[in-house]
Amino acid sequence: MSSKGHAANRPFTSPIASMVVTVIAVLWTVPTFGLVVTSFRKKEDILSTGWWTSFKNPTFTFDNFRAILFESGGTVGEQGMIPFAINSLAITIPAVLLSVGLGLMAAYALAWIPFRFSDHVFYGLFALQGVPLQLSLLPLLTFFATGVQLFGHTIFPQLHIVGTLASVWLPHTMFGLPLVIYLLHNFVAALPREVMEAARVDGANHFEVFRRIVLPLSIPAIASIAIFQFLWIWNDLLVALVFAGGTDDVAPLTLHLANLGGSLGSHWENVAPAALFSIIIPLIVFFSLQRYFVRGLLAGSVK
Amino acid sequence: MITFGSLFASSWPKIFQILAVIVIFFGFYGIAFAAGARIKGKKQNSLAIALFLVPALILVMTGLGIPAIQTFLESFKNADSSQWVGLKNYSNAIHDPDIRLAFINTISWVVICPVIVTALGISLATMLNKMKREAFAKSLIFMPMAISFVGGSLIWNLMYAYQEPDRAQTGLVGQIMLWLHIDVKHLLLWSPWNNLFLMVVYIWGFTGFAMVILSAAIKGIPTEIEEAAQLDGATGIRLFRTITVPMVRTTIIVVLTTAMVGTLKLFDVIHTMTGGNFKTDVLSNRMFDENFVYLNYGRGSALAVLIFLGVIPITYYNIRSLRLERKH
Repeated sequence: MSSKGHAANRPFTSPIASMVVTVIAVLWTVPTFGLVVTSFRKKEDILSTGWWTSFKNPTFTFDNFRAILFESGGTVGEQGMIPFAINSLAITIPAVLLSVGLGLMAAYALAWIPFRFSDHVFYGLFALQGVPLQLSLLPLLTFFATGVQLFGHTIFPQLHIVGTLASVWLPHTMFGLPLVIYLLHNFVAALPREVMEAARVDGANHFEVFRRIVLPLSIPAIASIAIFQFLWIWNDLLVALVFAGGTDDVAPLTLHLANLGGSLGSHWENVAPAALFSIIIPLIVFFSLQRYFVRGLLAGSVK
Repeated sequence: MITFGSLFASSWPKIFQILAVIVIFFGFYGIAFAAGARIKGKKQNSLAIALFLVPALILVMTGLGIPAIQTFLESFKNADSSQWVGLKNYSNAIHDPDIRLAFINTISWVVICPVIVTALGISLATMLNKMKREAFAKSLIFMPMAISFVGGSLIWNLMYAYQEPDRAQTGLVGQIMLWLHIDVKHLLLWSPWNNLFLMVVYIWGFTGFAMVILSAAIKGIPTEIEEAAQLDGATGIRLFRTITVPMVRTTIIVVLTTAMVGTLKLFDVIHTMTGGNFKTDVLSNRMFDENFVYLNYGRGSALAVLIFLGVIPITYYNIRSLRLERKH
């Protein structure tokens, strides 16, 4: 019985399965590994031979990194790559804070404050989550530039934020909210009713319940969704192209990297270390907080 | 040489801005909560809704709701949106050979990628289930999820890098073709197969997601069911087909639809790797080019609406299952 049970628990039994999994894991890692190796190679080596040959007589160097980070007037821009990393942070941090902060409060309101159109609002938000952001890019850009006029009346004032960091993190906040609200709603709505009602009986109002009960209990959910949003926004290209495309001053790493890859297609001595530099922060976030990140994914997809 | 002084000079306003957003957000809601806590009775419901829900709704409506309606209207106007042209943008989109190609490519993305990703995901999840070093292998396959598609595209550009056959290859794929005595080709120019090579980047980036989600679902299968099946003599592939797959059906659909929506909207890979050239254009990239390169807003909007139409059945299906779930 025991051997049979053993086999049943592993539908594709051992040696072949292990081999297949190992092969796939290696295949999935080799491309990234190639980039890492390339970014430490000398320019003339990169041009003349493949990166896998460099282990025979290794001549690795940090020069490429020094060039993209600290040498001005090079191919990566007057100030090197660091200002783009700062831009990425200055876009990602406000967008994550606002979408998760406002999203949690909205989720609480939809789950625990009874009002007339609560269900309609909830389904409406869920439907908007399906709207491709392609649909709103151009009108939103126009909103920022000229405001909204209807029959000659201004119903939404012109915001003087075009070309600023706010014109990038604000759209990210707007686009991220529906999904964040939906995911946090799943979590907040599942909090035990008795706890909430006991607090209300003690005279706590919504503000106190939110601050003393909902916020502390939601920390794990907040963490996982914040990581999810962080990676999503940090890695975005489309929103950055549309809202920060005009100026290097607010361009995030991904945008700069896409431009580099296009214009310097073969300058791997710059492109490879720049790409590695841009994925280092998300990789650190990912590996140190993987547990939370996976939990966040599961909260959204598996019921 | 860039000095820390010059870096600091250009960065401090941005860092100051981050801090300002944090301070204003917490400051505003700190005061709002302190004041709100004193209010009792009926009034507090409306005040809580105004402070909790309304800001999010305003942002969502300004950012998604109203613009979507506007794009829908734009799609019936001409290039600079000065005149109504009826369905002309849509009929043009069907008759223009370039756009038709983008359409066909998009459909092949939406059909091929989700199927491969899901199939790979469930096979990996099943094989990894209870295997030694499961977490390590999972991490490696999952890692591309953290890498942007721009980064991923560059990583694969390096894999596909091409040199004339008489020179040393600098791309690993070319070198492997050489070892296998296959004619080395510039893979990204080799139409129509270049579409498949672009899809590889998406599959590489998204399989980890499918695997992790499906793996959690498989671990959730009650052991009694497995034991009952194995008493009936089901093992190996048969157990996989008759128990594993049907038991995680809902999750398979979630993964499939997520991947379908993802590929329908996919932009980064095409934009970074080929720019839509060499017959690899897709709707999402074409829509960007129409709007921001050719400045034909009418046609760009029509393409955005077409992408939306592709998403509607999936959203509808999801809302329906959500309602069913809420009733239970």
